[in-house]
Amino acid sequence: MNNITKKLSNFFASKFFEKWGVFGVVILMMIIITYLQPDVFLSIQNLTNILRQTAMNALLALGLFLVIVTAGIDLSVGSIMALSLMLLTLADISGFPWPIVILIGPAVGIFIGMINGFGLTVLRLPHPFIMTLGTLYSVRGITNLITGGRPVTGVSNEIRFLGSGEIPIPGLGPFGSIPISALVVFISYGAIAYFLSKFATGRHIYAVGGNPHAARVSGINVDRILLLVYALSGFFAGMAALLMAGRTGSGFPNAGIGAELDAIAAVIIGGASFFGGRGTVVGVFAGVLVMGLLRNGLNLMNVSAFWQQTLIGIIVIAAVYVDVLRRKSGNRA
Amino acid sequence: MSKNSEKNSKQPLLEARGITKKFGAITALEDVNMKLYPNEVLGVVGDNGAGKSTLMKILSGLYKQSSGELFFEGNKINLESPRNAQDIGIEMVYQDLALAGNLSIHENIYLGREPGLKFFGMKIVDSVLSRKMAAEHLKKLHIEVKSVEQNVENLSGGQAQAVAIARATAFNSRVVVMDEPTAALAIKEVGKVLDLIKNLKQQGVSVILISHRLDDVFYVCDRVMSLFHGKNFEEAPLAKTNRNEVIGWLMGTKGHTKSLAHDRID
Repeated sequence: MNNITKKLSNFFASKFFEKWGVFGVVILMMIIITYLQPDVFLSIQNLTNILRQTAMNALLALGLFLVIVTAGIDLSVGSIMALSLMLLTLADISGFPWPIVILIGPAVGIFIGMINGFGLTVLRLPHPFIMTLGTLYSVRGITNLITGGRPVTGVSNEIRFLGSGEIPIPGLGPFGSIPISALVVFISYGAIAYFLSKFATGRHIYAVGGNPHAARVSGINVDRILLLVYALSGFFAGMAALLMAGRTGSGFPNAGIGAELDAIAAVIIGGASFFGGRGTVVGVFAGVLVMGLLRNGLNLMNVSAFWQQTLIGIIVIAAVYVDVLRRKSGNRA
Repeated sequence: MSKNSEKNSKQPLLEARGITKKFGAITALEDVNMKLYPNEVLGVVGDNGAGKSTLMKILSGLYKQSSGELFFEGNKINLESPRNAQDIGIEMVYQDLALAGNLSIHENIYLGREPGLKFFGMKIVDSVLSRKMAAEHLKKLHIEVKSVEQNVENLSGGQAQAVAIARATAFNSRVVVMDEPTAALAIKEVGKVLDLIKNLKQQGVSVILISHRLDDVFYVCDRVMSLFHGKNFEEAPLAKTNRNEVIGWLMGTKGHTKSLAHDRID
């Protein structure tokens, strides 16, 4: 008995568990949902639907992950997404060519992200919570001022393609295709994973989160790194806006209210440390999938959306508690 | 020839002249002079707040002096940043080690100066080379670790200190400034770090050692200088002084003898 608990705690403490444990949760959830809803869940249509539904949270979470690795936080991504969404849909319906419209979302995102970065590095606000709380409000306000609070409809087909288009995969039948939005997510995750592990700047992002003083005296320009991660967080919020414009074919000034919290939850479920320096891109992806599967599974079973909120809260707490246990057993070993 | 080498040995490797540092209304250092000769281990002692750490941070480019000048091999130098000092060959080992615990040993050693290829201003790290260089460098310094892949947070205090010293010497530095390198160590690890300092000297690196522990100073240093209330107080080659006298310097008295010590052990 004692032997089993020891083996179990060793397993929890292992690097393998740190990196892949959350995928165990993903697989477990898939098994449970398949068991409860065997006909619907595993259909290709449903699976691609999950990918499409989680695409926006996936992009927001990826940006937030970079910020959280530096021990920061970006509360403004939901508002950035709304402003990007409105500006790009307004540009689209007033006849701008689509190659320009596509650039508007990410450009607006980078711009607001840089403002967040300036607040930290130039104004020297004491914590990113404060700066990004400020932009959460102001950017949402500006979005409403620009649009008068009214939605925009009638997005052009080119823009819709990104959010709702599909690339057919031969041999998978009538629904055998990959949503473009999922492809955008895969490419973004792959690129960021490669950047973080291979590029000096990527390693410096981890160094800043691990020990900012060490990073500074090693000649790393910490301010530049912070500017970069907040700009990237804004960039991915702008990308999410682009996908949203395509998926819904319209723009709502209220889009993305509370989206920052979903993204933070996905990052935390995915095993990133709120204190910086720890976490992986694959973990974040798994965190996004956990939330997506939970929504999907409960929807398929006609369970109230209120249960989704309740359960996500419990999962966030449980994920961090497992990490606490892990560290404890790790210290003993 | 002999005259020339005589002259060279008199030329300090690193010299500080008339260094003053003010933080607002507080004067941390006032007109402080310091000379470090080639292949020398210089001990810098002083009570808390005497200005030791401030002086070292100026030497390593972290702080800028309010007035005064620095010279390296007789040439005036301006240190705007730690990177500046590193380029000249002056490295600092901070009291808190300044290591990123979440990164591996080899990543810490080359942090900010990773081996790799640059593309359009972005550097791709050659982690195979980084591991290999780190392993060779640690071997040269006789530092033993299980693997250069280990994260620094999993090392003992002494091992982490050794990694910090390895980091400071990874790029052929000429001067290594160490701030209280043994203060946080278990007793059995202190000796290893002090031997490592001796090892550095043999490899031609000059060391400035800030320490509260006179045992350390008397074990590794060639010369000892003391600061008191932000000013030069006294200095002497180690052979020409003794512990009791140096204890006196810490308290701001000269000619301190054993009979005056409040805690003498006979």
